[in-house]
Amino acid sequence: MGTNPLLKVDSIHAYYGNIHALHGISLHIDEGEIVTLIGSNGAGKTTIIRSISGIMHPREGSILLDGEPIHQVPAHALVSKGISQSPEGRRIFPRLTVLDNLEMGAFHRNDRPGIKADIEMVYGLFPRLKERTKQYAGTLSGGEQQMLAMGRALMARPRLLLLDEPSMGLAPVLVENIFEIIQRINKQGMTVLLVEQNALMALEVANRGYVLQSGRIVLADSAQNLIQNEMVRKVYLGEN
Amino acid sequence: MDLELQFFIGQIIVGLTIGSYLALIALGYTMVYGIVELINFAHGDLFAFGFFISLTIFTAINPPRPLDVVGLLTILPLIFVITMLLTGGLNTLIDRVAYKPLRNAPKLAPLLTAVGVSFALEAIYAIWVGANQVPYPNYFPRIDILRQWFGLDTAIQLTTKDLFLFGVTIPLMIGLNFFIERTKIGKAMRASAQDREAAAMMGINVNRIIATTFFIGGALAGAAGLVWGLYINSGRFLMGFEAGLMAFTSAVLGGIGNIRGAVLGAFIIGMIKSMSDFYFEPSWTRVMIFGILILLLVFRPSGILGSTQSIEKI
Ligand SMILES: Nc1ncnc2c1ncn2[C@@H]1O[C@H](COP(=O)(O)OP(=O)(O)OP(=O)(O)O)[C@@H](O)[C@H]1O
Ligand SMILES: [Mg+2]
Repeated sequence: MGTNPLLKVDSIHAYYGNIHALHGISLHIDEGEIVTLIGSNGAGKTTIIRSISGIMHPREGSILLDGEPIHQVPAHALVSKGISQSPEGRRIFPRLTVLDNLEMGAFHRNDRPGIKADIEMVYGLFPRLKERTKQYAGTLSGGEQQMLAMGRALMARPRLLLLDEPSMGLAPVLVENIFEIIQRINKQGMTVLLVEQNALMALEVANRGYVLQSGRIVLADSAQNLIQNEMVRKVYLGEN
Repeated sequence: MDLELQFFIGQIIVGLTIGSYLALIALGYTMVYGIVELINFAHGDLFAFGFFISLTIFTAINPPRPLDVVGLLTILPLIFVITMLLTGGLNTLIDRVAYKPLRNAPKLAPLLTAVGVSFALEAIYAIWVGANQVPYPNYFPRIDILRQWFGLDTAIQLTTKDLFLFGVTIPLMIGLNFFIERTKIGKAMRASAQDREAAAMMGINVNRIIATTFFIGGALAGAAGLVWGLYINSGRFLMGFEAGLMAFTSAVLGGIGNIRGAVLGAFIIGMIKSMSDFYFEPSWTRVMIFGILILLLVFRPSGILGSTQSIEKI
């Protein structure tokens, strides 16, 4: 184990105009972990993902990848440093084919054979995408688009994979499937930051979790402990 | 053959020639709009720049008129390349200086800036080449193919210059289509046009893609300026304004943001201009073309093939 975590977020403050969305968020992700962010709508989960991936830059605080500050690095340059994501709302390219979407995921790479092999790998994970390889991505169903967004993120061969609600809009069977896939790629060594509406399932696959309330972390613990935590059970796992 | 029919066929050829140079200009409007949602009002002036700068280079080299075979195979391609690099470079520079700082400003700001850039360029051209009609010497050999080569007795004119015009513009359109459909950068361009932020998440440097788009758009307009100079042999500092308006109308007609739409629109406008000039009166042509523009903007702003923006902003 190295001394540095793979990712270290240190008291970041993020704003949308005057709206103060993140109030000093600190968290870390070690190599090989699955870490999950839990919080109700508007808590700031997506904002954390967007800050880590450079889509927005925190006004205060720092983000370190392998000890190197990345909070001022533009988003496009972070992909080759090893961060990719399946964003909230999927954001696939509707008028590009499924195959071209996957190719865009590998934009920073030049190893043709490796890219080809990874396309096959993604098609292995999501056989539905393979059947639709020449189709415009905009014509896919919502669930298929979600698979594409995740496959596209994998095409970057990231060290840290950011998943913002990857099971959104999927049928229950497919949700199970997605969580299985997340575990499988994690076992192969990929580090994952997972944001999920389905907190229970997220905690079942995760090593650790952070509970977020209006832009602040209110609880940080191992996933097992969080599942047992009374407040978590009440508020996020829907127990009464 | 019936003389009327011969005239008609002749006008079809004229319409195709106008359509093919307009298409090169319209492509620049539509590509830039597709990616930054800016109607680049200065784009027509890039066409004029291609005309004047290539004329300047020709004058400096001072080759025989018309060019001999060696000149056609060496000097002409060389001037093409230089002209396209310079107009492409100028367009990229304009974006860098005038539009890029306004990328996140309300849309009216870059639009007005583009109008300003257009005025500025036209004023510079007026100083550079004067306010009068400028002759563009006959560097390209003109042979009336049907009569001189085939000995036909016909009123239809199809000259080597027509073939030259098609021979330059059509491969450029096909090449652009291939680039955008098949290459990695072309796909990144389309991806950036569809969702800039998601493109950045993929590792695409969107600013560089936008610069590339301006470069290609400018280079195509520059090529159009050069072929048009060799074809029509005269121009004026304001020529970009008029050509720009027609090309813009073409782009809107086909569906702004839509590459194939721009080409289709250009050929339709070219045909309308050719027929109207011949069968009505040139002064009516503008009324017709801008009438079409107004009707389109009111009743079908997404054009014939559909503006990609309207589809892509799902
Ligand atoms: N583009 C925006 N402009 C202004 N405020 C925003 C914007 N995006 C998010 N916010 C605000 O920032 C806060 C955090 O939003 P964020 O999207 O990070 O929440 P979230 O935890 O991802 O919620 P959800 O579960 O609904 O996805 C919210 O109060 C939200 O209203
Ligand atoms: Mg969210």
